[in-house]
Amino acid sequence: MKIEADRDVCIGAGMCVMNAEEVFDQGDDGIVVVLEAEVPPEHAEAAARAVAGCPSGALRRIDD
Amino acid sequence: MTETLQDEAREAPTLPLHMRRDGFDPVPDMAAMRDDEGVREVDTAFGMPAFLVARHADVKAVLADSTRFSNESRRAFDAPGSPELSDEERERMRAGNLLGVDPPEHTRLRRMLTPEFTVRRMRRLEPRIIEIVDDHLDAMEKAGAPADLVADFALPIPSLVICELLGVPYADRAEFQERTSKLLDISLPMDERMDLGRESREFMADLVARAQAEPGEDMLGMLVREHGGGNDGDLTTDELIGIAGLLLIAGHETTSNMLGLGTLALLKHPDQHALVRDDPAAVAPAVEELLRFLGIVHSGIPRTTTEDVEVGGVAIPADSLVILALAAANRDPRVVPDGDRLDITRDAAGHVAFGHGVHHCLGAPLARMEMRIAFPALLRRFPGLKLAVPFEEVGFRAFHFIYGLQSLPVTW
Repeated sequence: MKIEADRDVCIGAGMCVMNAEEVFDQGDDGIVVVLEAEVPPEHAEAAARAVAGCPSGALRRIDD
Repeated sequence: MTETLQDEAREAPTLPLHMRRDGFDPVPDMAAMRDDEGVREVDTAFGMPAFLVARHADVKAVLADSTRFSNESRRAFDAPGSPELSDEERERMRAGNLLGVDPPEHTRLRRMLTPEFTVRRMRRLEPRIIEIVDDHLDAMEKAGAPADLVADFALPIPSLVICELLGVPYADRAEFQERTSKLLDISLPMDERMDLGRESREFMADLVARAQAEPGEDMLGMLVREHGGGNDGDLTTDELIGIAGLLLIAGHETTSNMLGLGTLALLKHPDQHALVRDDPAAVAPAVEELLRFLGIVHSGIPRTTTEDVEVGGVAIPADSLVILALAAANRDPRVVPDGDRLDITRDAAGHVAFGHGVHHCLGAPLARMEMRIAFPALLRRFPGLKLAVPFEEVGFRAFHFIYGLQSLPVTW
């Protein structure tokens, strides 16, 4: 699974960090930073939750 | 108790369907409307079409679409009885109100605030929040049972936290707490609430002036230093006043009602009460479930359609108000099985208690942290915590924009 984030759409709610802190972080500006664009299988479930839970729709999941 | 008498003596306006509750629950009519029609044209005091939207999927779709569902209020929609405002005053009162503007203006304001509410920034606040919670528990223990959990715990903790974060003197709390509470009470006459809004603005204007003269380490100081320099795109003084006012209201009215109502909900469910008290791993999911189950923000800001739209199969004309029944959506059986039951072990993450879309609650990480600290700390300090009055005597705040309790007498 791959993750793409649109930093222009992100509102910095931090839900992705809460759901999957191994995969996402926030920069000093509060906007999303993807730590693992190629999500390791052990974090796939958390990453999927983060994508589903993103309030701004900034995250996109690309399945292999 | 005098407050209850006053409330009864006052001629109460009819409560709109989405605000009617039976204890914790949306009334059966509201649930039936969600399960049957999903979208219904309703009467409002505003004299233009309004549509109540209650299904979880429809609520999320509306909230996700800030282009066709605008947060900007329209002059023509002023409620009868609202005083005439000059364009200048209207513009001043609108400035900095993130809940009253759409992108790109909203994006510009929100981006200045997001660095202050990151998950990492919240973790840095954690030790201070623990200390504030412990101080209030110490005071309750020292004073002895019974206590009013609202006055002694649920209200002062979020209040002090947001005061310190923002840079508002806590000594002024009695003044702004009373004002805020009345501002959000829809049973009060519109002109009285407008006056309170003006007083509130003056209070924030003083604080902003002080921060401009001598910017401190708090959030107001940061906003002045980093975005108050008078350059293109910087915050105007009116915007600073608006932002500060919104954060102060949002920071203490919401979490405080969650702490009060949430404690009552746990006291009514002894097995779940015990779980939150005894199992640290149960706390975070419990907070999400309480957010879902209590749905304290009945509806948030009504949206206005910018064109003809369709929601849940219902045609809604342009320039209509759309009211979102958040509490009912949080219990939609299409997404939450047996949603009228509190179950802190369920996965409640899809709730819309903090909204959805670009206006999703800015302070959500702070609110979550406060609740994750406060609930278990309270229940561990007083393992035998219980109601000091029969449940039927607990007073709910029916006419408030944010649902909550008038008081919560407890003993231990």
